[in-house]
Amino acid sequence: MNGGMLTALIFLPLIGALFILMQSEERAIWNSAFIFSLLPLALSFYVLAEFNPQVADYQFAEQYDWIPAFGITYHVGIDGISLFLVLLTTILITLSILYSGGGDIEERPREFCFFMLVLETGLLGALLSVDLFLFYIFWEVMLIPMYFLIGIWGHGRKIYAAVKFVLFTMVGSLLMLVAILYLVYSAHVHFNRTSFDLPLLYQVPLTVTEGRWLFAAFALAFAIKVPMWPVHTWLADAHTNAPTAGSVILAGVMLKMGTYGFLRFAIPLFPTVAVEAIPLFMALAIIGIIYGALVAMMQPDLKRLIAYSSVSHLGFVMLGIFALNPEGIDGAIYQMLNHGVSTGGLFLLVGMLYMRRHTREISEFGGLWKRVPVYAAIFMVVMLSSIGLPGLNGFIGEFLIMLGAFLRIRLAAVFAVVGVILGALYMLWTYERVMFGPITRAVNETIGDLSGREIAVMAPVIALMLFMGLFPRPLISRIEPSVTAMLARVNVAQARLELERQPNRLAALLPARHTPNREPEMAAAAR
Amino acid sequence: MTVEFPALALILLFPAFGVVFNLFLGPRYGRGAVNVVGPGVMFAAFGVATWAFLTLLAMPPGGALAVHLWGWIEAGKFHTEFGLRLDALSGVMVMIVTGVGALIHLYSVGYMAHDEDFARFFTYMNLFAFSMLILILANNLLMMFVGWEGVGLCSYLLIAFWYTNPQYAYNGRKAFVVNRIGDAGFLLGIFTIVATLGAHGVWTLDFVELRQHAALLGGAAATAAGFLLFIGATGKSAQIPLYVWLPDAMVGPTPVSALIHAATMVTAGVYMIARLGFIYTMAPSALALVATIGAVTALFAATIAIVQPDIKKVLAYSTISQLGYMFLGVGSGAYASGIFHVMTHAFFKGLLFLCAGSVIHALGGEQDMNKMGGLRRRLPITFWTMFIATLAIAAVPPFSGYFSKDLILEAAYDSGHSWLWFLGVITAGLTSFYMFRLIFMTFFGESRVDSEKEHHLHESPAVMTIPLIVLAILAMVGGWVNLPEGLLWGNAFVRFLTPAVGAFKPIVEASPSSLSLVASIASALGIALAYLFYLRLPGVPMLLAWRLQDLYNLLLNKYYIDQLYNFIVTRPLFWVSNNVLNRAIDSFAIDGAADGAGLAVQTSGQIARRAETGNVQHYAFVYLLGALGIVAYYVFLVRG
Repeated sequence: MNGGMLTALIFLPLIGALFILMQSEERAIWNSAFIFSLLPLALSFYVLAEFNPQVADYQFAEQYDWIPAFGITYHVGIDGISLFLVLLTTILITLSILYSGGGDIEERPREFCFFMLVLETGLLGALLSVDLFLFYIFWEVMLIPMYFLIGIWGHGRKIYAAVKFVLFTMVGSLLMLVAILYLVYSAHVHFNRTSFDLPLLYQVPLTVTEGRWLFAAFALAFAIKVPMWPVHTWLADAHTNAPTAGSVILAGVMLKMGTYGFLRFAIPLFPTVAVEAIPLFMALAIIGIIYGALVAMMQPDLKRLIAYSSVSHLGFVMLGIFALNPEGIDGAIYQMLNHGVSTGGLFLLVGMLYMRRHTREISEFGGLWKRVPVYAAIFMVVMLSSIGLPGLNGFIGEFLIMLGAFLRIRLAAVFAVVGVILGALYMLWTYERVMFGPITRAVNETIGDLSGREIAVMAPVIALMLFMGLFPRPLISRIEPSVTAMLARVNVAQARLELERQPNRLAALLPARHTPNREPEMAAAAR
Repeated sequence: MTVEFPALALILLFPAFGVVFNLFLGPRYGRGAVNVVGPGVMFAAFGVATWAFLTLLAMPPGGALAVHLWGWIEAGKFHTEFGLRLDALSGVMVMIVTGVGALIHLYSVGYMAHDEDFARFFTYMNLFAFSMLILILANNLLMMFVGWEGVGLCSYLLIAFWYTNPQYAYNGRKAFVVNRIGDAGFLLGIFTIVATLGAHGVWTLDFVELRQHAALLGGAAATAAGFLLFIGATGKSAQIPLYVWLPDAMVGPTPVSALIHAATMVTAGVYMIARLGFIYTMAPSALALVATIGAVTALFAATIAIVQPDIKKVLAYSTISQLGYMFLGVGSGAYASGIFHVMTHAFFKGLLFLCAGSVIHALGGEQDMNKMGGLRRRLPITFWTMFIATLAIAAVPPFSGYFSKDLILEAAYDSGHSWLWFLGVITAGLTSFYMFRLIFMTFFGESRVDSEKEHHLHESPAVMTIPLIVLAILAMVGGWVNLPEGLLWGNAFVRFLTPAVGAFKPIVEASPSSLSLVASIASALGIALAYLFYLRLPGVPMLLAWRLQDLYNLLLNKYYIDQLYNFIVTRPLFWVSNNVLNRAIDSFAIDGAADGAGLAVQTSGQIARRAETGNVQHYAFVYLLGALGIVAYYVFLVRG
């Protein structure tokens, strides 16, 4: 029953994209794009319903030989780490297409929908790949539609932004590619077989130096994507100049490919190096949190502001990941979803404003509440979610991340709470300048409140914020087993490191929260 | 003994229903419906709260009502739930919040009668009550934090209620951000508790379980947690150094000042410390800090209050000062006494604000006491109720404030803080002085009201005066629930609370009656001085202000603390963010470091522009070519 489910999920949007190329009438294009985004959405909910929360390993797995000569297989599967990111992708794509059809995209709707759906295939493929070769293909595939989305439907210096985006990402990707090939080569040497399959590659024994170099290559590729400070500058340009739907997907899903990459590849492949790198990455994450918030505060452009706030929020995610304990990583994954929902929501809201006024300069607004109370109220909720108000989704992620960080390095949490204060400061200040005060510009007197379609776009966003804030258990209980399994590798590595450092203190070997070692069975599965 | 009592959830559900109704249907159904639903849900919540409270009273001491709602966050070993618990402490607080809250909601019907945004107003007010009740009824520290930030949000929304005034909007944000600074401390306090207990294998934030396992914390962690949580309290309850938001919060509608910024929300910090008394008792240095900050804040704010011309500003600084008393009480280890003052203060300070609102309402928005005077005949109900409240806050026996303030000063002395007791006594004198100054300037003497406003002068409608009268009765008799020991039912209130918060253990024994006498003399002196200055010799204050100009300006400008904060925190923060981080580092250094890349970007930009032909077939072809290229690349490399 469940065979081929993930394949269908990945390639349905692609089929939709091709189908749309054959359409010519504009209404039909939008309608079919919407329907083809609903199909993977429905499938992903089916996967959620059928997902077994007790299982840590890949579910719905499919593996076929693809290029046997090089051990390349078409191997896809879904686990707790990727499950909700897949849902986030299908939801945000659907909302973006629904939104974009409402007047935001007027030129070349057919090509726009084509690229959106191709993008969805790329994103879902990267999230579901278990084979590194397959992953790399999808990782690159998603760049291309995004390049065109920014370059064709963007605003301002769109070409500059699109090229900068691709170049930054490519630099990291190429290094990662070299690392992947080296890893496969090492596997070939040790196991005498060529394979790109992730569970097997987890087993490759590497020297300390090898591990560090390979980790560095993977980490750089992912850190650029996240983006971590100081490789974040592409983000502001890409976001500011992208069309609304592009920004939503870029912030909502694509940035998570970086953090997801750490969780799926960089850390479990090189757990020893990851443990060694904890202080470095926690420090970079904290710099990102505070730096992103302070720079966001000074931005005159709404989209640039949200872009820098993403640097701050993704800093939280990285902090949680490198806490390397269940609280921190659960929180980090939760925060990835939160950021997708709340920042996606913010970009949609800014897009709605842009459609009305054709500007995003904060100083152009002021006193909007009086004119657009529904819009203002929705903006308020989304903003509160973004600043982590308890009761809404953002708080769960931030709380668990900071708790995890506190359990790892106390000082890290002390710095992170500064980011929470600053988050409130810049978001509320922005809100105040846009919504409060007197109406200072005559054009703002006449702008209209949200349309039915726009409310329909925002309603699911608000609902998700409330649900995820009040009932995190159904999500975390599905996320956690896979996280625990991943952490088992880290704990073994950490114990080994501690043993090397203090060989006489054997008692300290067993970490407090040790979970059964799954390495032998994984090796068996790989064979 | 804990009894399952599902109806507790109703106390929350009624205001929640009010929020939903007023938000979505209020504008459609109009003022009549909102005026019924807004206060109505509060009276309903008060009814359920009374039922629950009576049930609790019927139980043996130390009992509690509880209901578990659902498991909330569960990650790793950490877990916490949504659950409600009503014991003696939260019972008293719930009665205050729903009771006083209902009266203030009722009053608001009259106060907001001419405001077109009535539906939004009652949405926020109900949301506030909902959040405050979560804060109080929470059975664990993290859920308390939900309410804690929720009330902060409502405070922000209501301060900035008249948002078209940019200053009001700014003041609202200031309140939220300053509170967030405190909340950061609160969060770190939670982490400290979780991490320390977790190291012993106990993962909980449930108050009952925390109390059972408190010994595992040990002195150091208890002290750290105590300090950090107290930072949260200084934010929410407007104590030094985070009090700066409260005076500015007075720009909100006056019922908001009465409910949120006097009677209920600002006492949350006191409640939190009383709730976690078992931790503070293990941390004497943290407790001493609480007492010290409380006493110093009480005196500090009172000195500012004596020169303010704005009637609401006087009350705002008075609130900060009275909150200081409460912290002095709980900081002395007398948690029940602190809560006793929370209760009496809710009656008389809520009333004072509502009366001030009535005066402001009558004068068409005037808040400057220099433009009042002689109002006692024109606003008789407002005058008499406000006079009663003033007697209560000035601790004149047998009004409510007398009993609670005496108990706090006695506890301060008996716990060995004789210096803090002394500060408290001076503050008592200042309190009577500035309060009677307010009464004399507003209601006595010649009228200084603008002549056009003179014509419109009118006593407020019954919907506003009835809450005044009810609160006046409470301000009068509310203190009688805890009489000196041996008199009638004695200290019934403290006895009732003791199982929930622990008993006060004096270090020094002093005669309660002589302590009480000293405080009463101080109060009487304050009243006498105010009488002398503002009724008998009205020239004296001006003469003093002129002769002691520097001191007067220092007080009038609130010791220039706002300016100081602005100079050492706000301005450097913005300067560094803009000039160093945004311009120098982000735009110049980091982006510039990718200079080579930048050049490449420009060149490829040219190529891209040429490539952008607009022909979809071209794109698709290039796309396909790229994909093939990638595959070929792999095949080639892997073979090599």
